[in-house]
Amino acid sequence: MNAAAPAAPTVRPVIVVAGNPNTGKSTVFNALCGTRQRVGNYPGVTVEKKIGLARLPGAGSADVVDLPGLYSLGAVSPDEQIAADVLMGRVPVSEDRRSREAVHRPDLVLFVLDATNLQRNLFLYTQIAELDLPVVVALTMTDLLGGARMNVDVGALKERLGVPVIPVIGRRREHLDNLRAEIAAALEPGCAVTPELTLDFPAPVEAVVGDLRERMNDQGVRLSGFEARNLLLNSRHPLQERIAVTEAGDAILNDVRAKVRALDFNPSSLALARYKWIDGVLAGVEQREKNQAGEGRSSSDFSSRLDGLLTHRIFGLAGFAGVMYLVFQSIYTWATPFMDLIEEVFGSLSGFAGTYLEAAPMLQSLVSDGLIAGVGSVVVFLPQILILFLFIAFLEDSGYLSRAAFLMDRLLGWTGLNGRAFIPMLSSFACAIPGIMAARVMPDPRARLSTILVAPLMSCSARLPVYLLMISAFIEPHFGAGIAALTLFIMYGVGPIVALPFAWFLNRGVLKTPAIPFVLELPPYRWPDPLNVLWRALEAAKKFLMRAGTIIFALSIVIWAMSYFPRPEAVADNIHARYDAMIDAAESESAPVELRDDPESTDFASDNVSIVADLRTERDNAIASAYLEQSYLGRLGKLVQPVFAPLGFDWKISVGILGAFPAREVIIATLGIIYNAGSAVDEESDDLKSRMAAETRPDGTPVYTPLVALTLMIFFALCSQCMSTLATVWRELNDWRWAAFLFVYMTGFAYVAGLAVYQIGRALGYQ
Amino acid sequence: MSSLSPAHLSLADLAPGRRGCIVRIDAAADDAFMLRIMELGFVPGQHVRCVKSAPLGDPIEVRIMHYNLCIRKSEAAKIFVETI
Repeated sequence: MNAAAPAAPTVRPVIVVAGNPNTGKSTVFNALCGTRQRVGNYPGVTVEKKIGLARLPGAGSADVVDLPGLYSLGAVSPDEQIAADVLMGRVPVSEDRRSREAVHRPDLVLFVLDATNLQRNLFLYTQIAELDLPVVVALTMTDLLGGARMNVDVGALKERLGVPVIPVIGRRREHLDNLRAEIAAALEPGCAVTPELTLDFPAPVEAVVGDLRERMNDQGVRLSGFEARNLLLNSRHPLQERIAVTEAGDAILNDVRAKVRALDFNPSSLALARYKWIDGVLAGVEQREKNQAGEGRSSSDFSSRLDGLLTHRIFGLAGFAGVMYLVFQSIYTWATPFMDLIEEVFGSLSGFAGTYLEAAPMLQSLVSDGLIAGVGSVVVFLPQILILFLFIAFLEDSGYLSRAAFLMDRLLGWTGLNGRAFIPMLSSFACAIPGIMAARVMPDPRARLSTILVAPLMSCSARLPVYLLMISAFIEPHFGAGIAALTLFIMYGVGPIVALPFAWFLNRGVLKTPAIPFVLELPPYRWPDPLNVLWRALEAAKKFLMRAGTIIFALSIVIWAMSYFPRPEAVADNIHARYDAMIDAAESESAPVELRDDPESTDFASDNVSIVADLRTERDNAIASAYLEQSYLGRLGKLVQPVFAPLGFDWKISVGILGAFPAREVIIATLGIIYNAGSAVDEESDDLKSRMAAETRPDGTPVYTPLVALTLMIFFALCSQCMSTLATVWRELNDWRWAAFLFVYMTGFAYVAGLAVYQIGRALGYQ
Repeated sequence: MSSLSPAHLSLADLAPGRRGCIVRIDAAADDAFMLRIMELGFVPGQHVRCVKSAPLGDPIEVRIMHYNLCIRKSEAAKIFVETI
């Protein structure tokens, strides 16, 4: 195999950063590229591609691709698979600017090696070394060597590996300069150093490997030693499908596999061969202080002591509950001032629109009630998303998330999921969108799919206003604050109670998810790199805004149109006829302007002024409500009302529900309009609550009883009413049918549950 | 299954705090997961220590090659060690 081709003038050299997870790869990447980085996509998969630009000494520069962490080129997850594919040259990393030809071969592999964990880290190194790519090693965590009571002879390591090895600590200037210099040197045409190593694989196996490679070569398929060995062993290995295998190829594979089986060799001998080589390299290079048991200390005693607490039988679970509570609290409490600020900004925008577009009432309504209100209702969640992702990034980089997965695995394992699924589910309690995105950490595609499909069942923050409104208006007055709080807790519990059994059903019954093995590294606790944490949170927020923004923007227009049109003048005229006479009468009774200086008369005058103002508001609200009743949305509400009648909902509630399908939050404003309280209400509006309480059915019984309130909340808890979530599911899974399935099953559950609750309640004698 | 000498037991049965030396992995040749386990360091001759089990009983935390990881008992049952 030839050495790395010299960088063509029209293509910047491409460096890929590879290494195990938890080795500080991102820190190295960020240090090299700074803010000159962006996130893209690999073709055909939802794995993110992180690319940056590194400036090198001598006025050169290079593209740097930060690959997902992987333990071995024998990948087990989509993330690992992409990293392996890039390294093996099966996925383009760049393109020639002039010829637009895709470039498959990286020019350099920057291998990140954790100094406190050399033995296992080097396993991947031995595989990459077989790919005939130039390598430069960045040795991280060297500042933690002291704490781990160990020493690494960097010079000796460099000699044994045969490639440059540069210690890199955080953002230390000299280290980065060294690294850049070595990278630049390695990229010089003809100067690249390719690792050389001889691995001691069992000779008979190697003979068959050689045979396979030769025969596939004749078929025109180039296999590296690594790929050939893996193909030999594992017929279910992803490599099987990914390498174009013809009938002839298939026959060859079956033949060599039979030969290997006849040899009756132990699969562990391959891994053993690599570790044997690693032992040879590390002898004398790595020195560890042994404890009494004769083993090296853990890389941080602090870590094991902290774990004594955090994974303790009792304190561990308590600690976990504490951390979760903290995350939740911060999302609800700390986010509130920012959310209020955003609401104010959008409110003012709405006001401006109102003033400037007064002449064109339809346009004004479109912009104000449709676009600004619609988009605003999504942007308002931005502080929560940011806070959640800051927490997730911090907890993940510090190492705590693996402990949490360790604690929760038993709870989730029986459903066919595993401990890793709990973060997506937890995030979904704030908002399902980042939760669904977080499911990328799950290696098995089917487990990831079922996680994504049940995550939206968790009660997100958009459901909270409905719960609060219903509980404070219809539960608390009858049953007191204690039951009210319990009800809220139960509403939150509905999510997991439904999600877990359904996940079990999905995994075992529908998807036939194989029993997924669960293996997770518990890295030593470390202080996260603040820039890394911040960067990830900002990226997630940006994604959220873009995804939600485009769909919501479009839907806001549709919903607005449905609630605006048609607008028969006759409706307004009727109401005007009713109110204008009253307003004129009230106005003519107000005292003349001159008397306003007289203290007594001022009261009288201002009383009248406010009566007039109240009448005007009432009239405008009545008009708005009448228009809504006449609109397509209103008509649709009346049309579907029979469907919702068995749940105890009248047509006004039906309209509210329909309007909430694109985005749950909309229901409060819609209810506000329907009940003549105006659209500027929130869940605390006494006005709205009292009006709802006063609503009666044709037979005189109240519409909103505690039973109806409960039914509505349960319906809301389970129903799929978020276009942004559906859009995210679509994008994450690359298939609209799963999004459709999500919508159908959740809405179905919501309907059945609501029906059950209401009918059983009625049977038990409640109203 | 051949009879085990008294000192051989599966990793799932190794008591917390005890150390063992891996003697054998029971895995079909095409078991991708067990291959991954081996790549992570679970090879014959390697020392492994059981650290603790999760509060709810599963998975268990073990220490191997100077790092910690957690593994479910059902998988650990396929790894056989000799106590030391």
